[in-house]
Amino acid sequence: MTETNELIRLSAAALAEKLAAGEVTSVEATQAYLDRIAEVDGGERGINAFLHVNAEEALAVAAEVDAIRAAGGAEAEALHILAGVPIAVKDLIVTIGQPTTAGSKILEGWHSPYDATVVERLRAAKMPILGKTNLDEFAMGSSTEHSAYGPTRNPWDLDRIPGGSGGGSAAAVAAFEAPLALGTDTGGSIRQPGAVTGTVGVKPTYGSVSRYGAIAMASSLDQIGPVSRTVLDSALLHQVIGGHDPRDSTSLPDPLADLVAAAKTGNVEGLRIGIIKELHGEGYQAGVENRFRDALELLKEAGAEIVEVSCPNFQYALGAYYLIMPSEASSNLAKFDGVRYGLRVLPEEGPMTIERVMGATRAAGFGDEVKRRIILGTYALSAGYYDAYYGSAQKVRTLVQRDFEAAFTVADVLISPTAPTTAFPLGEKLDDPMAMYLNDVATIPANLAGVPGLSLPGGLADEDGLPVGIQLLAPAKEDARLYRVGAVLESLLEAKWGGPLLQSAPDLAAAVAGPVETLVGSQEAK
Amino acid sequence: MAAINRDDVAHLARLAHIEMSAQELDRMAGELAVIVDSVKSVSQAAGDDVPATSHPMPLTNVFRDDVVGHTFTAEQALSGAPDSEDNRFKVPAILDEA
Repeated sequence: MTETNELIRLSAAALAEKLAAGEVTSVEATQAYLDRIAEVDGGERGINAFLHVNAEEALAVAAEVDAIRAAGGAEAEALHILAGVPIAVKDLIVTIGQPTTAGSKILEGWHSPYDATVVERLRAAKMPILGKTNLDEFAMGSSTEHSAYGPTRNPWDLDRIPGGSGGGSAAAVAAFEAPLALGTDTGGSIRQPGAVTGTVGVKPTYGSVSRYGAIAMASSLDQIGPVSRTVLDSALLHQVIGGHDPRDSTSLPDPLADLVAAAKTGNVEGLRIGIIKELHGEGYQAGVENRFRDALELLKEAGAEIVEVSCPNFQYALGAYYLIMPSEASSNLAKFDGVRYGLRVLPEEGPMTIERVMGATRAAGFGDEVKRRIILGTYALSAGYYDAYYGSAQKVRTLVQRDFEAAFTVADVLISPTAPTTAFPLGEKLDDPMAMYLNDVATIPANLAGVPGLSLPGGLADEDGLPVGIQLLAPAKEDARLYRVGAVLESLLEAKWGGPLLQSAPDLAAAVAGPVETLVGSQEAK
Repeated sequence: MAAINRDDVAHLARLAHIEMSAQELDRMAGELAVIVDSVKSVSQAAGDDVPATSHPMPLTNVFRDDVVGHTFTAEQALSGAPDSEDNRFKVPAILDEA
């Protein structure tokens, strides 16, 4: 293994230590990641995790950190622990100086005049931003195949999906193209990609990380969160981006708990961990179920008390989600109308009125999945259907919250598989939207209730050798519990595997350079 | 609950300002019918006594202090606009008779 190879494989925490100790510079680390991106991201069989690479600015920030460290003194002392550690940002989050597309043709070439709050916080911590990562258009999808810029490939198997919508962020981290990334999670878009790529992803408590500058899909469900290779790395990043923001009116005023300390607790003795009866078993792949059972066994051996809880209303959660989310999305996406930003398409014939320009612009600028959800949401909100659809879905939301409340009276943390299956082949579910939606069945309840969730690698499924995700859920504002249990489970699993799960991933450079096969995942937008 | 049909989709597409071809309407109607059928059990899940939840972590009366803060310049606000004139967004005619 070359030195560069070792450098990009370090966890963010380990890299931060080496930077602080002067064993490696931020420019060296940032350049190593940029080299890796150049090696594996492009071309016919490339990962395609990045829509934009921000090399110049990233290296400039890295050089600034190196100069501050070299000079020493108070400024060097004051550097954030993650200063100089590079990061990738999901292209749903706006950034000054780089394009933001949301994976859509309607925003192709658009530059935001402002930074998202989370991006401001990355800049304040002096973390070099490597670029913007691929996603399903406006974060609508579970496979990243709905990106207008082509699908992202799963580093474990280039012919399979990396999950979605944040497949770019998860694949970038899994492919060692970045040590850390930001994602957004509306129904599982951080956690499900984490599960199928063998990485860690966290959806924080709703309102605990500012949404200012995340292009809204469903405002009452969207949440920005960390993507990483280790639980501790997610805790470190969560502390950078979390905390109150006056520019987001849904931002919680509560101070953030010490999540890094929680990740370093090192024991789960006496903790009650609840298996959700409705979120495993029937409908879940055998290999997923087996790895889930292994995780329970390890936690039990470590002194946790395993209990079973029932959340009977979770059976309605997927349905309620696919009414609430499109309703909010249809409203949020009304602003893409060819007037204030992005694409404007003029009708080919007939009167040139603004209404017709909007119709032509949105027809050309949006892909099929976005159109489907806008139409579905418009339907659910229309007079005559509102009570039956949107109104009923909001009541289900109350029932799901009550299920969580009851479960958390007997368990401190809940546990389930993150996704019902491992990564499926590109193209397999593109023509069947409902089959695609079923991927989110285990992740959606947390978004409806606003509670935090974490997915971490649980091993490889016996039947296909692909990563399985384990999901932990905690009560609102108790994100620290996820890091405590997640870090313990991670260390127990790694002891069993003899190292991180990603060390058993195939050699990517060779695979990417391998023979070109038919690209099955490309779709209408390409 | 009534099933969604092609005419419904055509009407909704007009409301949502998305032009759709005949072929697209056919396909979308079929796909949406499946989705609507899959989610309709939601309407039977909760009784009248269950209150609706619009927001997972309710906050009320979120105000900030009434002080002048940062705002965009006209140039910044117009930087992504497809067309502008005299510091304003420029659009085609807003009435049919233009």
